[in-house]
Amino acid sequence: MSVKKEHELIVSVSPHVRSEETTSRIMWTVSLALLPAALAGIYFFGLKALFITALCIVSSVVSERFYLKIVGKKSVVGDGSAFLTGLLLGMNMPASLWSFSPFTAHVPVIASFVAIVITKQLFGGLGFNVFNPALIGRAFALISWPKAMTIWNEPAAAFLAMDAKTTATPLGILKEEGVTRLIEVFGDKINLYTHLLTGNRAGSIGETSAVAILIGGLFLLYRGYITWHIPVSFLGTAAVIAWVFGGKGALFTGDPIVHLISGGMMLGAWFMATDYVTSPSIRKGQIIFGIGCGFLTMLIRLKGGYPEGVMFAILIMNCFAPLIDRGVRSRVFGAVKQVKAKENRK
Amino acid sequence: MSNEFIKLFELILSASLINNFVFTRFLGLCIFFGVSKKMETAVGMSITFTAVMMISAAMSWVIFNFIMVPLDITFLKIIVFIGIIAGLVQASDTIMRKITPGLYYKLGIYLALISTNCIILAVPLVNAGEKYSLLESLAFAFGSGIGFALALIIMASIREKLELADVPAPFKGLPMAFIVTGLIALAFTGFSGLITL
Repeated sequence: MSVKKEHELIVSVSPHVRSEETTSRIMWTVSLALLPAALAGIYFFGLKALFITALCIVSSVVSERFYLKIVGKKSVVGDGSAFLTGLLLGMNMPASLWSFSPFTAHVPVIASFVAIVITKQLFGGLGFNVFNPALIGRAFALISWPKAMTIWNEPAAAFLAMDAKTTATPLGILKEEGVTRLIEVFGDKINLYTHLLTGNRAGSIGETSAVAILIGGLFLLYRGYITWHIPVSFLGTAAVIAWVFGGKGALFTGDPIVHLISGGMMLGAWFMATDYVTSPSIRKGQIIFGIGCGFLTMLIRLKGGYPEGVMFAILIMNCFAPLIDRGVRSRVFGAVKQVKAKENRK
Repeated sequence: MSNEFIKLFELILSASLINNFVFTRFLGLCIFFGVSKKMETAVGMSITFTAVMMISAAMSWVIFNFIMVPLDITFLKIIVFIGIIAGLVQASDTIMRKITPGLYYKLGIYLALISTNCIILAVPLVNAGEKYSLLESLAFAFGSGIGFALALIIMASIREKLELADVPAPFKGLPMAFIVTGLIALAFTGFSGLITL
């Protein structure tokens, strides 16, 4: 979507609102909001995290540029959407991918290609993609290289360290060994919460620091780039289900806080599910979308084969988004009911 | 009693969502791509398909358990089931021509093609193989029908949205439908390991 000059615009009947908003402005603001979480990831996982994120951004931008050149479209790289997709994809990758024996540094490059070319450009470019490009890129990488994508580094002590101990993510421990073991690993409950909040734990680069993500999310909310409907209904549904069914044995004994601030829940709810293009555009539909995401996430976390379900939950709800929009759209004022219109046509 | 009820519910859920025939086993794709261009035909096909599926599953179950098993001719099940399905499809073909001629002409060749659909043959075969009871067979058939309906309706809503998109010329139409199906299947892998029957 390029910015048109004023005299090229088609003007409809008044009233009008004058606005400075453009696609590129939105994209760069969202990237800015992601910065705290990305910096936290780089702080905890060191230079490797920086390399992986940069690799994703560069290969996304290059894929977009190349594709547009080959099909002869006008270059829209400057609008920042490829940069944002690359950044989000990089923040969803484990830092351990930056390794050369075994060689896995090609994974981010191929994932970026899938995200930009197959998920976005083949559908007709920004604004028409059905699925969130960054999430398809990550899902594709996870299915294709299941081992490389699930090696999690412990937050490194030294910033420059290239070697890191591997460990399980908190959700992995929760799935395999239960909540008592999880608290044991981190010392006590307070310690567990602070580690999860600050991001000092194993996980993907940008998903670990709940506080940094929250700062970015609230910034977007304050600026009016996202509305509360999707994040609140997403997190609320997940918290209720975690509280009711998350415990061992008895109902209402689960710990919703651990589920909310671990895994990709925060990043997913604030930055992935709220993508304009792939979520419903009507408020009522957004709440349905958020509830669906929360429900599916917890279903996969508690009953499924994967320890983490945020990515799949959002992707599955992406499939339903056009249908939700269809279902909740309001009738055009004064329009004849569809059934009657059909009969008239006959 | 409640245990049996949960089993039935799990069967429906498993057949419709978790082991969705279209997105996890890639069966029945011919009709799936054929009629998912428009929402109207997708809905019509879903209803017809589920109805034919449930009746054929029930009839196959009765014939399999009361005729074929006692006579020890279960090796003929593929041919017998195809016969049952073909008869049913012919019947629904005639009924629909009388009741909803508009939809009948829109569905066109695909209505007759239900008889060679993989899902509609797979369901009685799975029912026979797993030795499901009549209720379980019906639940499985219902779940599969709902799953196929869900796949068709999601796909129709996405394809109607794509009508407006600037898809590159070589990918217009069917190629794009294949890519969308692949991506939906990628999303549905998240369900793997959820219910193991």
